[in-house]
Parts: sequence; structure tokens; C-alpha cells
Amino acid sequence: MNARSRQTPLHARHRAAGARMVDFAGWDMPLHYGSQLREHEQVRTACGVFDVSHMGLVDVFGPGAEAFLRYLLANDVTRLSDGEALYSCMLEHSGGVLDDLIVYRLQAKRFRCVVNAACRDADLDWMLAQADGYEIQIELRDDLGLLAVQGPRAEGILAGLLESDVGDGLRGLKPFACLERGDWLLGRTGYTGEDGFEVALPAAQIAGLWQGLMDAGVAPCGLGARDSLRLEAGMHLYGQDMDRSTSPLISRLGWTVAWQPRERGFVGREALLAEREAGRTRNLHGLVLEERGMLRHGQQVTLANGRTGHITSGGFSPALQCSIALARLPEPPGDRVSVDLRGRSAPARVVRPPFVRHGRVMLGKH
Amino acid sequence: MSDLPTDLYYASSHEWARLDDDGLITVGITDHAQEALGDLVFVETPSLDSSVEAGDACAVVESVKAASDIFAPVAGVIVDANGRLTDEPELVNTDPYGDGWIMRIKPEEPDLIEELMSAEDYEHMLAAEEED
Repeated sequence: MNARSRQTPLHARHRAAGARMVDFAGWDMPLHYGSQLREHEQVRTACGVFDVSHMGLVDVFGPGAEAFLRYLLANDVTRLSDGEALYSCMLEHSGGVLDDLIVYRLQAKRFRCVVNAACRDADLDWMLAQADGYEIQIELRDDLGLLAVQGPRAEGILAGLLESDVGDGLRGLKPFACLERGDWLLGRTGYTGEDGFEVALPAAQIAGLWQGLMDAGVAPCGLGARDSLRLEAGMHLYGQDMDRSTSPLISRLGWTVAWQPRERGFVGREALLAEREAGRTRNLHGLVLEERGMLRHGQQVTLANGRTGHITSGGFSPALQCSIALARLPEPPGDRVSVDLRGRSAPARVVRPPFVRHGRVMLGKH
Repeated sequence: MSDLPTDLYYASSHEWARLDDDGLITVGITDHAQEALGDLVFVETPSLDSSVEAGDACAVVESVKAASDIFAPVAGVIVDANGRLTDEPELVNTDPYGDGWIMRIKPEEPDLIEELMSAEDYEHMLAAEEED
């Protein structure tokens, strides 16, 4: 373990629970607590909890908050009412993706962005650099921790642990809605393809909630299951499926770019417009491996016409009992491709993500 | 701390080997190796009747995290492979020294198994790796 690695407030509990720890973006985080596959299964069928306190919670507030976020983000926060959230990319002027994030509108002049752990410092610098001329304040909320409580039983279990009025409020939340109570923020969001909540709360209170969830039989889950769940759900991992060298348009994230209203100038808009005009030559697609073996990040994919692409995220799908992947391929990719697996060429089917939603296999034809 | 039976021999590439009463050597991966790999999802067992030299890659275990070659710890002919692992790769995780065995080798020189490490030596090697 790197002596400089950062720890969440639950670090000692993870160790005590037998977690295998791994370095993730400078944080010492649980990879699994014995079995990644079992944790994955728990989230699909019951409930699991992830300590994601390494993610960055960035509050943006002040009279200019909405105008600032409309400039900063490719999606448009005017689509939100109080207590609602949306997913967006934050772009650089060239259209490359600096990060993907969830932004909550807490009140008209108060927003919160949840950004990736690996990007938090760079994001903060970028946001501050764009803030010139906006009457806002930006604050990294390092005083808060974040738990993701995910799975079909998440609502019942979490609501049962909270005061009755909060529990009732939680039950009524729509997807991507949130509930703020003091320093707690409960959003019906997640990264697993299941129902669930992400709960931001003061670091001093996080151990109490964690223990309550443990006592209720909720499975502690690590980054391994988090990755296999999100991959089955067709959700992207920043740094693998998109980064500064790729725009949202070639990363199956065109739906997150709010082109209307036309007069909204946002960072990256001009570059994306030019890219759209030129026509899309590549995009992300889902792959299902048709033989035994494992698709992994970086493997080369060859189309029937001989053109090539590469796998951005790959792994094992417990639901499909085979390997699946996201791959950036030349358009159109056709129905079947071959993948170079450690020197062996293996056939894979091209599908439309997601692979699994709410516990159900969704293998749509491409 | 991982489990290290003292009646086995160990290779630096994390296989264990055991000389059985019938003169064959049974091979698997160590508890430390399975733990480091995480849940196994595929095991590609070796081809039967193939001759191998010590150190030849002859099988592959693939986990949620990584693929890893299995090397023959001794020279000989592969005479048996654990067919259960095709459908139950998790046996390597749950019982690495028992039901999770990978292959059996008819050795050219059974005595050469003693060139491998003892449990104690392997434990020292793991401790040294840990410090790196």
C-alpha cells in the first residue's frame, strides 16, 4: 500500500470486514470482501452497499450558479427543478470529455456535482478557471462521505433505517430525484442498473449508517462488483470508455448533449457541432463474446470488412455467464466481429447496451 | 494469511505440486494465487497426453480480474485434467488444494519435485514480495 494513499472514513471497517484493498486513483479502496461475484449477485437480487466516499462532491452556489453550470456542462441544468438530478459530461473546448458527473439541483441557486475520484482535483481547477464573471462559490465537500445502497431491496431497507418522515420521502422519490435533510442528501441514483440510492452524509455519521445496513443484512460490495454491475448496465467508466481524446458523440453519449436551446453556449459546443456536421465515423457498441474467454480493455476488434477498433471496457457478465464489453468501433460495425484474445481470434456479437437492467437480460439486436 | 500445507511443493509462479502414491504429480494453484486473482470464471485445462518441460505454460485460469498462465512445475506428460473446472471454476477459489486441482503429470523424474520450494521457502518468498 502506498503510504500516501488516501482513505475514506470507513477504511478501518473495510479492513476489519476482510476486504481486499486496491489502489484506485490514489485511494486505498475495497476491491471485494471475499467474492466479487457474490457481491454482484447480492445487488442484482437483494441489496448491496458501496463506500464511494472517494468521489468528489462539489457544491456550486450563488446567484450565478445556474448560468455557470449551463456554460460548464454539455447537458442543460434548466431541465431540472429543485430536488432533481441529471447526468452530464463536462467538456473541454475541443469537445473531449474532462469528466462525467451527476448534478443535483438542491435549490434554484444551489447545485451539487458528484465527480469521479480520479478527476476531482483537475475538475475543481477547471471549474474555478471557468468561473470568471459568474457570481458563484465552489466548494469541495470533503466533510461528507458517500454510500451507494443498491438493489431491489434498497428502498425498503434504507427507508427502514431512517426516521419515518425521511423514509416516507425516500419511498416516494422518482429516479434521479433527491431529498435533502440537513447535511444529508439522498438521491435515487446509482451505477449498477438496479434501483437504489446514493446517500451523502457527514463523515462522522457514515459509520453509523454503514453499521445499520450491515445489521440489516446488506452486503458490503467493492469496486470489482461496481465495475461488473455498471458494465452489464451499459454505463461508462471515465478514463476507459471516454476521456479527453474522445467526444461524447463517439462514446454513445450523444443523448446527454443538450443542443437546444441553440443560443446556449457551453464549453465544447462549437467542436461538437463541427464533429456532428462531419458525420460520425466511430461509436461505442456492446459486444458479447461467443466463446469462452475474456474481453478486456485494450484488445483489438476486427470487423468483417477488415477495419479495426478496440475494447474500452470488458469483463465477465454473471447474468449472461459469458464475457461482455464496450468497444469503440468504426461505423457501421456489422453484426459480428472478431476479437484478439491473447493471440487467439474469437467471435463476438455486436449488441446495443445495456446488457442487463433491473435484473433482466436485455440483449437487443444492434 | 493464506493456507500453506506443508506436504506440498511450491513453484515461484504460485503452483503447488504433490507426489502421489501412484507416482503421478498433482498440480494446482496456491491459496495465495487464487486470492490474488479473485473469483475464477474460466479454467482452460491442459491438453491430455502432451509432453511438457518444467516451466511450460500448459493451462490458463481466468478470473474477474486477470488471465494467468499455469506452468508445469516438473517435466513429464499430462495424463489427467480436472474436468469439473469447466463448469465449476470456483472450486479453485473454494478448495485450491483439493477439488480445485488442475492437472496430473506423469513425471520424467519424480525426484525432481524436490527442486521446488518447501512451504516454508514459499512463505518467505511471499513475505519478500509483500515488502516490495
